[in-house]
Amino acid sequence: MKISMDIELQDIPGQLVLALEPVSDFGGNILSVLHQRDKKTPSGRIPVQFVFELEEKRLDRVVERLKERGVKVVRIGKERLKESMVVLLIGHIMHSDVRDTIDSIDSTGFAEVVGLSVSMPGVAKKSSASVTLSAIGKKELEEALQILKRTVNKKGILIITPI
Amino acid sequence: MKTGIKTVRISIIGFGNVGGGVAEVIRRKREEIARKYGLNIKIVGIADLRGIIVDEDGLSEEAIMGLRTGDKKREKREDMTSVNVIKEVEHEVMVEATPTNIEDGEPGLTHIITALESGKHVVTSNKGPLAVEYKKLMELAAKREKELRFEATVGGAMHILSFVRENLAGNAILSITGILNGTCNYILTRMAEEGLPYEHVLKEAQEIGIAEADPSKDVEGIDTAVKLVILANSIFDRYATCKDVEVTGIMEITPDALKLADDAGYVIKLIGEVDREGCLKVAPRLVPKDDPLNVGGTMNVATIRTDLAGDITVIGKGAGPIEAASAILSDIISIYR
Repeated sequence: MKISMDIELQDIPGQLVLALEPVSDFGGNILSVLHQRDKKTPSGRIPVQFVFELEEKRLDRVVERLKERGVKVVRIGKERLKESMVVLLIGHIMHSDVRDTIDSIDSTGFAEVVGLSVSMPGVAKKSSASVTLSAIGKKELEEALQILKRTVNKKGILIITPI
Repeated sequence: MKTGIKTVRISIIGFGNVGGGVAEVIRRKREEIARKYGLNIKIVGIADLRGIIVDEDGLSEEAIMGLRTGDKKREKREDMTSVNVIKEVEHEVMVEATPTNIEDGEPGLTHIITALESGKHVVTSNKGPLAVEYKKLMELAAKREKELRFEATVGGAMHILSFVRENLAGNAILSITGILNGTCNYILTRMAEEGLPYEHVLKEAQEIGIAEADPSKDVEGIDTAVKLVILANSIFDRYATCKDVEVTGIMEITPDALKLADDAGYVIKLIGEVDREGCLKVAPRLVPKDDPLNVGGTMNVATIRTDLAGDITVIGKGAGPIEAASAILSDIISIYR
């Protein structure tokens, strides 16, 4: 799982290594580190944002180890859904049970509709919508797209996918 | 520079915009074609619904102009048909430029078969016969040891077929994705730029001659599908017909959808897609704004995915008499190179 974490370090040498080591020690893979030396918190600490991949069950132990080392953990963001795509729908989107359309994706467990923007020009007219799908991986995203295609095809809704 | 000039006699069957364009570029480039390629292209017969003119020594410019403008009736050969011209007038290359008919390929199909059977090379801008009987025609051409070339059928001035055949020789072609219909591209570009509804922009396109009075073949995606079939057959060695293509047109696209696409960083284009795994599909698709396929107006564009050279994108004018004639002329020249 991809995890983003905001931490605060003391302004003394060697602190960054101290903060990153526990992630590696528990088999994590550090993807990016943003070390903002010029920005200090009111308490005189230096904010660092970093993103890493780690098995979810090991996260608690990493956090514990960080605290032992005097690193202040401010925020932990678990980004479960790594892949996303936008598709457009044109048709009677609302009147063909939009909740059912969204549920067909959300019920998969591996993908979700994370964004929906609809234009409805008139009651009898066709609406247009952009739908953002997110999934835990590329393969799952493709599968979610196929599910959405099948769902909207049955409802006579046109789906426009990216190239 | 070539020494020695070879005379190539041609007939032009179908003398509308494209056929007329061929006569025009041959007239304009006569000296250059002789100097660079050593060819003297002589038009010995023209057949059209308006009449037939024949001169085995080469038709005069006046006679050709006369047929275009409708004068000089006395020179017309009322006793001949287009098939007679192809069969009986001595020449080397038949240029087939009658309108596309994707139902049965006629009259182009008969013209091409007659030409190959009577020992002529064929250069065509007519998509119909290739969409309907590709395999049969290629086999006939091979049997008679004659060339059948059709650069003008796909993407007009992009010269995509010879580009793939000659310049990309040695590469495996993985897929071709692109905009192959200028009318649809114009309509979608205008709708996006001005926020206008489909019907309004279609009417505007008809008024300025970009869309035909009956626009169904373009806007329903059929024209794109036919071109994909030709790409599939000639580049991916398939024997596909239009029935094998999954087609969705642009009639349902709304200004709202274009706006939503824009907000998400995309444009909507009618995209044809063919690959070596068997995909053969025409549909409106989201194209990222920074993708090379995001080309506006009436332009055509295709991205060719190859195993060695990576992605290559070709952009060019898809339609127009001189652009189509450019493709036909290059086909004629390439037969003799």
